[in-house]
Amino acid sequence: MIHECDAAIIGAGIAGLTAALAASETCNVAVISKVYASRSHSGAAQGGIAAALGNEEEDHWEWHMFDTVKGSDYLADQDIAEILAREAPPRVIELEHLGVPFSRDSEGKIEQRLFGGHTRNFGEAPVRRACYASDRTGRVIMDTLYDHCLVRGVKIFNEVFVTSLLTSEGLCCGVSGYELATGEPMIFHAKAVLLATGGCGRIFKTTSMSFAATGDGFALAFDAGVPLEDMEFVQFHPTGIYGLGILVSEAARAEGGVLRNGKGERFMERYAPLLKDLAPRDIISRAILTEIAEGRGIGGSDYVYLDLTHLSKEQLQLKLSEVTSFVRTYLGIDASESPIPVAPTCHYMMGGIPTDAQARVLGDGKSAVLPGLYAAGECACVSVHGANRLGTNSLVDLVVFGRRAGLDIADYVSKNPSVPLPADVELKISSRVDALLAADGKEHVATIREEMEKVMTRLCSVFRDKNGLEQALNKVHELQGKMANLGLSHREKRFNYELEESVELNNMLKLSEVIVHSALQREESRGAHYRNDFPERNDEAWLKHTLVFHVATGLETLYKPVVVTRFEPKPRVY
Amino acid sequence: MYVKLKIFRFDPLIDKEPHYDTFVVEADSTDRLLDCLNKVRWEQDGSLAYRMSCAHGICGSDGMTINGVSALACQKLVRDYEADKEILFEPLSVFPVVKDLVVDMDDFFAKERSVHPSDGIVLTEAEEDKEHLQTIEQRSRFDDDIKCIMCACCVSACPVSQKEDPEYVGPAAILRAHRYIFDSRMKDQFERLQIMDKPHGAWSCKTYYRCTLVCPKAIQVTKHILEVRRKILDELRPKNSGSTQHV
Repeated sequence: MIHECDAAIIGAGIAGLTAALAASETCNVAVISKVYASRSHSGAAQGGIAAALGNEEEDHWEWHMFDTVKGSDYLADQDIAEILAREAPPRVIELEHLGVPFSRDSEGKIEQRLFGGHTRNFGEAPVRRACYASDRTGRVIMDTLYDHCLVRGVKIFNEVFVTSLLTSEGLCCGVSGYELATGEPMIFHAKAVLLATGGCGRIFKTTSMSFAATGDGFALAFDAGVPLEDMEFVQFHPTGIYGLGILVSEAARAEGGVLRNGKGERFMERYAPLLKDLAPRDIISRAILTEIAEGRGIGGSDYVYLDLTHLSKEQLQLKLSEVTSFVRTYLGIDASESPIPVAPTCHYMMGGIPTDAQARVLGDGKSAVLPGLYAAGECACVSVHGANRLGTNSLVDLVVFGRRAGLDIADYVSKNPSVPLPADVELKISSRVDALLAADGKEHVATIREEMEKVMTRLCSVFRDKNGLEQALNKVHELQGKMANLGLSHREKRFNYELEESVELNNMLKLSEVIVHSALQREESRGAHYRNDFPERNDEAWLKHTLVFHVATGLETLYKPVVVTRFEPKPRVY
Repeated sequence: MYVKLKIFRFDPLIDKEPHYDTFVVEADSTDRLLDCLNKVRWEQDGSLAYRMSCAHGICGSDGMTINGVSALACQKLVRDYEADKEILFEPLSVFPVVKDLVVDMDDFFAKERSVHPSDGIVLTEAEEDKEHLQTIEQRSRFDDDIKCIMCACCVSACPVSQKEDPEYVGPAAILRAHRYIFDSRMKDQFERLQIMDKPHGAWSCKTYYRCTLVCPKAIQVTKHILEVRRKILDELRPKNSGSTQHV
């Protein structure tokens, strides 16, 4: 079936819905989601959304900008970090005006709390900048945007899996995919397409991300010839529930929780004397794994404790109710009485599809806009998080750049004619589905996926080196080879999740290759990318963004300079 | 240990009637039931259909009926069930089965939509660059509501939705209305209350409390439904007004 619309938005998380609301004022929008819209992973965001409102104490957008740049290990483009910090307060107020139920302070204003890496006066001490709603901030923002989309009649297509970007005459003209319920082709003929598909944490064995986070948007752009930027920078959140990877929000430490090793020591004092347990995530994840490697995990094992036992029951109930219920459900632990076993978990991709400040995709990664194609949120790299994202900067990224995308799309759509779809789009997608279904090789999706998760976790997560990355690259190539010999266990088109998972796995293997390749090239340590064999940051050689292109011979790497405006790179200590 | 799963199977386009398949998987006592289902799909029967996404009780995808009780498969652990007894997986009730454990949720989401008035979600005026002021107490009036993840377990468990009044808007939709009715920042909520006052609205609840019992987020759903009714009486039928409907 062919659906006509002005703009097709892929992904119904906070970036997609924000863009939909902004664009739907003047144009006909279709939001397309491979899950039911309200299942999108923005809903799992817990801790807060950063904005220098100054409700609780003095704060300024310049301080927020500085923290973002320093947190990024100076890889963020500073013109973009400035946009983020300046626009955060009006966007948060807009969310409140839409009805987002933020938690309140004693004056009735939006309450703000501490969060990792956010400081007053350019690094002096932690500052209360995170606006929040208990520990379900993402859920309430997404639900509010969703309700507004419903009442405004934004068309939402649930459970449609987009597998190709369509281009014609050098312009983006829509997407194609299939409906999960029927396996039948779905074509969206649009003047503009926004990729807002989130991350790809499922590449790794332990992740806080949902099963849907398989990097489809990155792969759609990459397949269309767009490079991927800074993919070596993968964030591992320090406090995933041990064994499961379920997120225990940084808010737990913002409210006073501390990390302790097997000797009961508050070890972050040694790694970040000023901010301690509120240091940025890359630093804490490395600290935890260093403690474990040196035999100071709990009982010599491979986890540490997050201790909330000194917080009051009321504080846990009011400010951390989701987190305490996760711990109760999955570990049988009362967080007010026992410490929580935690270890780093894959949480966020700093890299992604290169865009400009209007969320327009840069086809060459540098300056050439690919007309009609946009990306926002985790799948985009604008680049505002550089080599390491600060907690609460993701939600603000979604609303700042989601809105910019929506407004620019509305403008673009009003000024440009529709271009015809390429020939035979429906036939192409249905024969692709048929070909995938017909696969009768010996390899299984689940087995290859498990091997990918294992190798990426072992050799390409928090600590990396040349030898390991080369092994990982070989293994990924081997797994890609196995994909050619894939077999599905049944051929039914309707709700064939094995079919969907085979496309997702193909995407994830492509992205694994790009991540490992980018990490192998970057011979320095910066933010979340740490090389044991190159442990120092090297600004002279590496203060630049990686761009990886897919070319006939394999992967090709180019670099582009980082935009530095206000803050010259300095050693990053906390 | 080994876990035996007895799973409802049905493809309405192919099968005349549903049947059950039994699978045995190896699992730890702390594994989620969703992990067990995944083992079945990934290792034994790729055709098994069920929804899932976040796997930790936040997205609301994997609502189903487990041993007769509506629940999220990702929130239940193997150790929550009697060892050596098979665990029965069936789709949510109330909703039409599309395939195996996948049900058609369109009616559920349409009912969620139906609680919004014609003018949408309208708040009182606020200064352009300032938030509405709301006290901690005012905010706490609807704190329970915003935990809802729209998993539909409450509707599936409700005897009214199941049998007595299939057109009943259902506990989740009333909870969504409650979230706005009790938010001090909203403009008047007369129309929303009128929607709740209609046939198949808040008065259809028979206070079975099943919604409250099964809610994966431990929301006091029935209590909030009763609060909506109280509000209808207070706002739409004030004492001595003589009017029965409109204010």
